[in-house]
Amino acid sequence: MNWFTKTFTSSIGRKIIMSLTGLFLCTFLVVHLVGNLQLFKHDDGVAFNTYSHFMGTNPVIRTIEWGLVLGFGFHIYEALMLTRRNKGARSHGYTQWEAKQNSEWTSRNMGILGSIILVFLIVHLYNFFWRARFGTIDPDINHNDDLYSLVVSSFHQWWYVILYVAAQASLGYHLWHGFRSGFQTLGLNHRKYMPLIKNFGYAFAVIVSAGFASMPLYFLLFTNEKGALVSSAPAVLHQLVLAFN
Amino acid sequence: MAGSNPNAKPMNLTLKVWRQPNRQTEGQIVDYKVNDISPDMSFLEMLDVLNEDLLRKGQDPVAFDHDCREGICGSCDLFINGRSHGPEKGTTTCQLHMRKFSDGDTITIEPWRANAFPVNKDLSVDRSAFDRIIQAGGYVSVNTGGTPDGNEIPIPKEISDRAFEAATCIGCGACVAACKNASAMLFVSAKVSQLALLPQGQVERETRVENMVAQMDIEGFGACTNIGSCAAECPVGISLENIAILNREFLTAKATSNHLA
Repeated sequence: MNWFTKTFTSSIGRKIIMSLTGLFLCTFLVVHLVGNLQLFKHDDGVAFNTYSHFMGTNPVIRTIEWGLVLGFGFHIYEALMLTRRNKGARSHGYTQWEAKQNSEWTSRNMGILGSIILVFLIVHLYNFFWRARFGTIDPDINHNDDLYSLVVSSFHQWWYVILYVAAQASLGYHLWHGFRSGFQTLGLNHRKYMPLIKNFGYAFAVIVSAGFASMPLYFLLFTNEKGALVSSAPAVLHQLVLAFN
Repeated sequence: MAGSNPNAKPMNLTLKVWRQPNRQTEGQIVDYKVNDISPDMSFLEMLDVLNEDLLRKGQDPVAFDHDCREGICGSCDLFINGRSHGPEKGTTTCQLHMRKFSDGDTITIEPWRANAFPVNKDLSVDRSAFDRIIQAGGYVSVNTGGTPDGNEIPIPKEISDRAFEAATCIGCGACVAACKNASAMLFVSAKVSQLALLPQGQVERETRVENMVAQMDIEGFGACTNIGSCAAECPVGISLENIAILNREFLTAKATSNHLA
């Protein structure tokens, strides 16, 4: 083995790949969340479908998409390799184990949380990405694929919404530990700025997961099958729709 | 006895102790009763009482590691009620006192669990993996010759303080025992950052971290997932900041050292 493979197959090297891919995936979450906020625009999905068309066809985005695939791939692969190593480091467990006294639940269960996110990701990709890229979706008035209607109808299935909200809760807990952990692994832990990284990470976890979870909940609870706000929706939502359209 | 409480009532306890005759044979938890334990006894003195009872009965005493019994040597290593060195924060097993327990308690006592720390007998484990990690790079080179003047090498106070914080690691292995991944990174990071901070440690700075991390991996310790159990259970309070320093040292060494293999 040369120095390069030795570095990135060592325990710390694998952690470094975990942290770099994890933080890269955080940037994806921001882009995805901000773009999807267009679902809330009350225009029968015109803005969202235009955006989806751009994301699905622009050559720069399509190239970066491969980076995203690699990011997920390496993050999952290294997680498996590290988990195998870590399980193998203690084959005889304790009869009494009080880890809850010295650490947070989320930090000890990143694998379970990540697995829930992976299951969600597969369902999510199949339902939206796969159909948009390889299936046929009826066009909207601008002749873009009407992904908006697919989203709205999907989010009127209660079991689908439950899956989404549960997955976003898992994502939130995953980020709660993962964000700060990524910086720690890169050696960026100093008494001067660690409190900032920690608190930013906590806020990031809450905002991102709540932001994504708000979309299925909004359509299930407050809109009809076409995505229009129902009259029984809270008055504040009606006012917001008026204010922003 | 200074600080003792004459009104403290002796305690009767049930102990669940891991008994294992040798490395090759699988062990089991065995229940023992110990009576009339003074709250002023240390945990190890309580085990001494148990062993005297066992010897009187002609049974094999419980093997456990200990040396100075002052909290500085790092020999004692018991996993008590599911935690390294027991329930009290910032304490080694020898400095844990029975007043932290109550009459009638059941106390589970197990050895450190990590494949890199095989059980020798009962509660005594082989921590020579730590010695081999130190041998791989946890040292500094010094010139032979005349005695150098004291304070000849200037070291800023805050740097010397931080190095000393890291140097307080007694190498007991509580971090490995408490870690979900049986990772030794808090131990290795304390040794690496202590020497990396000081001028005397600069000569081997790159080879040290490369070799110590390589040895840590060879010994079969797990990888850190930044859970923080280690720092929370460390009897001398080594902080997670040291692991960040270790990661930094490792990355820098890999990016800049001339070791191509």
